[in-house]
Amino acid sequence: MRVEATIERLEFRDPERARALTQLLGTLCDEIARPVSVMHVCGTHEQSIARFGLRSLLPKALTVLMGPGCPVCVTDMPEIDEAIALARQGIVVATFGDMFRVPGSAHSLAEAKAEGADVRVIYSPFEALKLAQGTAKQVVFFATGFETTAVATAALILARPPENLSILSAHKYIPPVMEIVAEMPQTHVQGFLAAGHAATITGWRIFERFVARHHIPVVTAGFEPLDILAALSALVRLIRDRDERVVNAYPRCVTADGNRQAQKLLWEVFATEGGNWRGIAHVPNGNLRLRPKYSWADARCRFDIDSSSIADEAPTRLTQECICGNIMAGIAGPSDCRLFGKDCTPQNPVGACMVSSEGTCKIWHEYGGHVLVNA
Amino acid sequence: MCLGVPGRVIEIEELTASVDFWGVKRRVRLETVDEPVQVGDYLLVHVGFAIRRIPPEQVTETLELYNQLVTAASQDLMAADIRSEVAATARVNGGGRAR
Repeated sequence: MRVEATIERLEFRDPERARALTQLLGTLCDEIARPVSVMHVCGTHEQSIARFGLRSLLPKALTVLMGPGCPVCVTDMPEIDEAIALARQGIVVATFGDMFRVPGSAHSLAEAKAEGADVRVIYSPFEALKLAQGTAKQVVFFATGFETTAVATAALILARPPENLSILSAHKYIPPVMEIVAEMPQTHVQGFLAAGHAATITGWRIFERFVARHHIPVVTAGFEPLDILAALSALVRLIRDRDERVVNAYPRCVTADGNRQAQKLLWEVFATEGGNWRGIAHVPNGNLRLRPKYSWADARCRFDIDSSSIADEAPTRLTQECICGNIMAGIAGPSDCRLFGKDCTPQNPVGACMVSSEGTCKIWHEYGGHVLVNA
Repeated sequence: MCLGVPGRVIEIEELTASVDFWGVKRRVRLETVDEPVQVGDYLLVHVGFAIRRIPPEQVTETLELYNQLVTAASQDLMAADIRSEVAATARVNGGGRAR
């Protein structure tokens, strides 16, 4: 496959250590003597794995799947429809760049903007506050991201924003979706790499309950290629030894209890609620929604959002052929999709996975097929 | 999106810090970090908020990948995400150079 961007070669911080780790992985897989399948749940992990060509260094018996690690990709279509309905009502909708072009049931916020709606791309929740301070209009921050990002939204609400600012939360919480994916009969995941910076907030101990329930080991991992190889080695060793526990392979950023101050803000403002993740399933406790105490800042309480008609605006034929859902669940890869790289490209994306920089399809389209390092 | 970006604290004023990201000075919110922060510390910053004080002995290791990536091609996804994280921090009035 052709890679459009010119990517210069990068080198491992410590090539000797990279070689030692890949050899160790080979030995561990030989000892297991059957195929091993593990999953990570983090777009940045996928970026690093693809960027550094790590899959080409792994033993053939080891498969590393990307699960639902792209918060924008798992945002459910009706959630985007809600944002579009608000924008069409004349409300200023602010959202992160990754969300802007992700299609809802029929349209994206970019299309709503092209039709005349006021949709703004922001980098930080506090830009939404500045936006609201500069206008008399109602401003809604369409907030997406995992717990790492939800902490910032919580801080924004606790900073008492101006009255014309409210939040449409599509924030998602990672630990519950790992339970769902672990139970999917098609995936056969034998171990999880936990997302480093989500675990910076929650701490690694939160995964102990998951391990006890599903008998699948979990290793927290950083984003550096050596961090990932070290975490994979730790995970495959746990699988070999049938040692069901949590190992923290990212002590630079992850502690047992996590960032308690951030947790305090997060759970003060948000409560978990069941909801659909695009392509995955209904995830009990998978959504982060504002507590009733903060309903004054909740766009769902402030406005009558009628997005039901948007779903009737028929999706295109291509959208129906998109297999983003199976890709997010780790059941299929981008190369299994008929549209990948042909009808669906970063310039003309069909599905969410080709829009976001954390989407598997966009990552593979940019880096796929090329080995970029000397190991 | 949960990438985060490391930067060095150059000044602290109540709940905000001036932080140096590769020579660019920006403002970062501190209410989300659970350890006392001092001038000279390195912070991991996500969408404008500090989420972790990086232990001093681990700063070099943390910076390595970022240093490689910030000099990478503009089309590179990881490099673009790092730039987005810096863009998410607030501008400092009256100039932005840290040194």
